[in-house]
Amino acid sequence: MMKQGLRRDVIVAFLMLGIFIALPFVFTKPALRDFLIYVMAYGLLAMSLNLLVGLTGLVSFGHAAFFASGAYMFGILMQTGKFSIPVAMLATVLGTALLSLIIGAICVRLKEIYFSFITLAFQMFLHSIILTWVSLTGGDQGLRGGIPRPPFMGIDLSDNTTLYMFCVVVFILCVGLMRQIWQSPFGYTLRLIRDNPNRAIFLGVNIARMKLGIFVLASAMASVGGILLALFVSGAYPDFGFWTTSGEAIFMIMLGGTQLFFGPIIGTVLLRLLEHFVSIYTEHHGLVLGIVILVIVLGLRQGVADYVVEWLRRRKEMKMERSGKIESDSSSKVIERKAV
Amino acid sequence: MNFEALSTCVSSGSCVVTQISTALIIGMLLFMVASGLSLIFGVLGVINFAHGAFYMAGAYFAYAVYQLTSSFLLAFLGGAIGIGIVGVLFERFIMSRVYGKDVLMQLLVCYATILIFDDLVKMIAGPEYKMMGMPEVFALPPFEFAGGFIPPYYVFMVVISLSIGAGLWFVIEKTRLGKIVRALAVNPQMVGALGINTMLLYSAVFGLGSVLAGIAGALAAPTRTLTAGMGLSILIESFIVTVIGGMGSITGALVAALLIGFIRAFGAIGFPLFVDGIMFGMMALVLIFKPSGLFGREPAK
Repeated sequence: MMKQGLRRDVIVAFLMLGIFIALPFVFTKPALRDFLIYVMAYGLLAMSLNLLVGLTGLVSFGHAAFFASGAYMFGILMQTGKFSIPVAMLATVLGTALLSLIIGAICVRLKEIYFSFITLAFQMFLHSIILTWVSLTGGDQGLRGGIPRPPFMGIDLSDNTTLYMFCVVVFILCVGLMRQIWQSPFGYTLRLIRDNPNRAIFLGVNIARMKLGIFVLASAMASVGGILLALFVSGAYPDFGFWTTSGEAIFMIMLGGTQLFFGPIIGTVLLRLLEHFVSIYTEHHGLVLGIVILVIVLGLRQGVADYVVEWLRRRKEMKMERSGKIESDSSSKVIERKAV
Repeated sequence: MNFEALSTCVSSGSCVVTQISTALIIGMLLFMVASGLSLIFGVLGVINFAHGAFYMAGAYFAYAVYQLTSSFLLAFLGGAIGIGIVGVLFERFIMSRVYGKDVLMQLLVCYATILIFDDLVKMIAGPEYKMMGMPEVFALPPFEFAGGFIPPYYVFMVVISLSIGAGLWFVIEKTRLGKIVRALAVNPQMVGALGINTMLLYSAVFGLGSVLAGIAGALAAPTRTLTAGMGLSILIESFIVTVIGGMGSITGALVAALLIGFIRAFGAIGFPLFVDGIMFGMMALVLIFKPSGLFGREPAK
């Protein structure tokens, strides 16, 4: 069972790799490649946030703090000129994990909206430090002077196509890792904590430790998103760690849906496309975006992907009911699959 | 960081008086907004993220009425009542549909409302900054106190905010209506079973909270430049105030709002860039050591 799932995931990963690599050759506009890099960077932020929100039920308002810490740590390390890109990336991810271990140890003790507020508080605290520590971070101007991209192992990221390929590979590796977390017994323990924390305690689960574990993992994944963005824009800006970035990530996962693994990515693409097209046709893009969000939330009352999955499931069930009750056994299987 | 400037200011009487009066009006505006936010959360259990947009709209309502009638009293009433109506409509048609849902749903609905409000204001009033100017009623010479000058309007703001706060406290703690509202916060089913229309009460409380935001906006209009984005920073600060003071506590909101006012007024001289850091740091400390806030009633754990 597990092996079969793993094989399917690997096949999906290679398929994605193929599609992402083929896309810029089919549609040769550089704008598409840039769009996709943005989607990958913000997609990692949204997907890692969904490990907290959708999987564990921890609504973090401050996830972008680790996105920013990824971008800044990586940028600062690269600007010293002493590290190669993979070493700096590894150091950044580990550094962010350490940072989130400290912040998370405090945050996971609080519940519900208080958890949201304290994550917001830490994020804004970090944002203030970025603004104030001008000698290290460049203050509100951001990390300027560009981030060097020295070649390593024959890979030269100053070439735009190579940079894109590199982002794709890193992105898919991270998505694969998150998929494994999503499917693992650890992931199911987190779902238990989300749905019935008391039962989890009775079963001997150390809730705080589990929450801290996923908090650190999600933060490390968010920092990879930050690294990709810093590599692409060749800089880091305080906005990466402002609360609006966290807000955007939340809207992405809410637009896409929280219960489907790929929901956040769908949301990321939707929001980016929406913003892109709305700003072409009207200057009142807040008005249109606001109305669209209202219609989705009040009309569907869930994310788009969640809604489609639910609708498909209901249709299937209705078909089965019509075709007789012989297969009543399999309808429970369908419900089981919804958890995936 | 410039602690020399701060110590020079603290040792001069006029600077202290000016900064204290600034601190007081920042604190009073925050108190009005945060007590509305806190009231709505305390009773309805939802966080009205659109509260900052209401404050902004209140300022614009007051501005529009003042342009038409050039009466500050009417402008003040226009801001308060106008936003009260907006608040009730928002509660009935939008917010009540997401009660009991995910907090994320509420957040998303409010975010959409903020976007719509901001754009509507830009469309109707124009994107440029607006100045209402000091109403003629208050065009009096400033009071002199210990070498510093205090505009009469500041005194008016402090007095009216404090009396509204006191009135609110009295209604909630001492009257029968207040008792019903407090009961509604604890056990809405029971209140409904006693034959009280809870939906109506929810709307009324939401409306009252919105009126407070409208009042804050109207009070702020003569002293601030009006822009569509002015609601955002006050929203974030009122979150800090409600968390530090304790959700649902009016006294707590007052104390925390004054605290933030003083940090902002004196921090602007000593450490302008790190004011936000100090505020959020304090919020984090309160959440770590007393998650229910300094004046919160029940523990959040």
